[in-house]
Amino acid sequence: MAKKVALLQGNEACALGALYAGCDFFGGYPITPSTEVAEVLSNELPKNGGKFIQMEDEIGAMASVIGASLTGAKALTATSGPGVSLKQELIGYACIAETPCVIINVMRGGPSTGMPTGPGQSDVMQAMWGTHGDHAAIALTPASCQEIFEETVRAFNLAEKYRMPVQVLYDEIVGHMRERIEFPEPGDLEVVDREAPSVSPEEYKPYDSTKGQIPPLAAFGSGYKFHVTGLNKAADGFPTTKAELVDAEERRQIAKVMDNIADIESYEEYLIDDADVVIWAFGSTSRSARYAVNELRKEGIKAGLFRPITLWPFPAKRTAELAEQCKGIVVAEMNLGQMVYEVERVAQGKCVVVHEGRVDGEPINPGQIMNKVKEVI
Amino acid sequence: MAYDYEKSIRPGKLPHIWCPGCGHGIVMKGLIRAMDACELDRKNTAIVSGIGCASRLPGYLDCCTLHTAHGRAAAFATGVKMSKPDMNVIVCGGDGDGTAIGGNHFIHACRRNIDMTYIIMNNFIYGMTGGQFSPCTPTGDKASTTPYGNPDPIFDISKLAIGAGATFVARTTAFHATQIDKLIAEGIKHKGMAIIEVLDDCPTTYGRRNKFRSVTDMMKRLKDIAVPVAAASKMTAEQLEGKVLTGVLYKEELPEYTAQYADVIKKAQGA
Repeated sequence: MAKKVALLQGNEACALGALYAGCDFFGGYPITPSTEVAEVLSNELPKNGGKFIQMEDEIGAMASVIGASLTGAKALTATSGPGVSLKQELIGYACIAETPCVIINVMRGGPSTGMPTGPGQSDVMQAMWGTHGDHAAIALTPASCQEIFEETVRAFNLAEKYRMPVQVLYDEIVGHMRERIEFPEPGDLEVVDREAPSVSPEEYKPYDSTKGQIPPLAAFGSGYKFHVTGLNKAADGFPTTKAELVDAEERRQIAKVMDNIADIESYEEYLIDDADVVIWAFGSTSRSARYAVNELRKEGIKAGLFRPITLWPFPAKRTAELAEQCKGIVVAEMNLGQMVYEVERVAQGKCVVVHEGRVDGEPINPGQIMNKVKEVI
Repeated sequence: MAYDYEKSIRPGKLPHIWCPGCGHGIVMKGLIRAMDACELDRKNTAIVSGIGCASRLPGYLDCCTLHTAHGRAAAFATGVKMSKPDMNVIVCGGDGDGTAIGGNHFIHACRRNIDMTYIIMNNFIYGMTGGQFSPCTPTGDKASTTPYGNPDPIFDISKLAIGAGATFVARTTAFHATQIDKLIAEGIKHKGMAIIEVLDDCPTTYGRRNKFRSVTDMMKRLKDIAVPVAAASKMTAEQLEGKVLTGVLYKEELPEYTAQYADVIKKAQGA
């Protein structure tokens, strides 16, 4: 049977991807250019018995999502840069309390209100370092409507599996673009559900990692009584200031991501094997970059594209390999230099690393990238 | 026979962090008696708090407890209740947590009339950070950040809750220990947002800066300023100067938020 297809906007694809993943709670606050995610889910969630709530502000939206997740819901919020800034404290809360949830960030420019209807890719460092304190982050950056659907599903899977907040970042262009989507049938894409505790309520400790890096999370109201706090805590969930316990917990929460990069990592490469210059680009910029690669190849310049889909944890290993192999890396991103510093860090001077950025509300075009590549050659 | 509080308290979690003379423990005992009176299934009861001395209360109780970020308790609790409307949801916290940093969540939780019981312990000060003035520190009083006396006007929390749309609003004090559990129990039974304001004392950071020589002095003040609603109706404005009304200040039956959303689900499903 032919697959069901539709012409969908990126934000609509995100909402439908969330439903495919089993999302049954959305807490949000209106903000351009992400609002369509909320609008679609306000219509669709109650049809499945799911819950939609428009909260009083971005912080409240994030709080409601964490509260719902602790009752066992697959919980989502969607926002843009200013909203993510407001949510940062509670993103940190979700990290330390190890509460699965998904945050969609449809990126516009900034700082502050910036250009609400224009595209940007300047929240990429914020996705990693926005909340205070040491923590790991997972952030995914789809570049097409189909990929937004699929990566939203994967974001839920990773959130539930690694028991943490996962961010999906896509720029306004991808969010508002309309493309043909082929809907996966149930079962086509993996859907991960939260691991239930294997012990009785009396024995349950919400942060007991003796049986694995990621302790199972019970749901409030399922018979398990436990404590959740944003304070540094011991395995039983209660606050502690014991140095060795605090240190072990903080390190475990980072290790659960960094030890599993192979599972979390995702990227696409195009004409990379013989590339003298690698264009390192994500989101809508990667589409300009792909075009640039084709044009450059016609001119006899061996260009290739590396497109991270998982942006955090940073694809350090593969980027370092590329730095060994090529003469230069052009990092193209709609900001004035963010991921380029990570690329420079792992390239360790083994190749030239240059940046091509833009923050005027216009997309980075292929010609811009081609010119930069020619400077490197 | 002494009341059995221990069955509600998590083993090994006492002593609590509160200072000698603090009224939060009186409120906690009141909450335990109210939960007993309402026969709340602890497995199905979430107690949610923000940050501050009063917000440490949930950790002592053997329930599903959620100690959140500063000011955000009502919003977290909204997520819990919305996702699992069958759960009993109780929020507790202080005056600064609930009405300053958490003021927006507080008024909107009241407006939605979502079914939860919010116990707000108003001790007129930020205690945990060492006694800075809160939106409830009386004008003119001393705090660590009002060395010349507090220039700010105050919030009347109960009036704020009524104005914001809470459908059950009651007030008492830490002195009136036997009223605390009765009002909380009434709030728990009420279908909708119930605000229970308990005027409380903080001898350590408020009392000593404001000429209360002892905890007894503070308790006496709470006793003296409290006027039951019924008694107040027979008093003149002059007599009521400096007094605070106690008891059930407001009660109304209005549609509750999760019930309203259940109707949304029915409509969406074509009913």
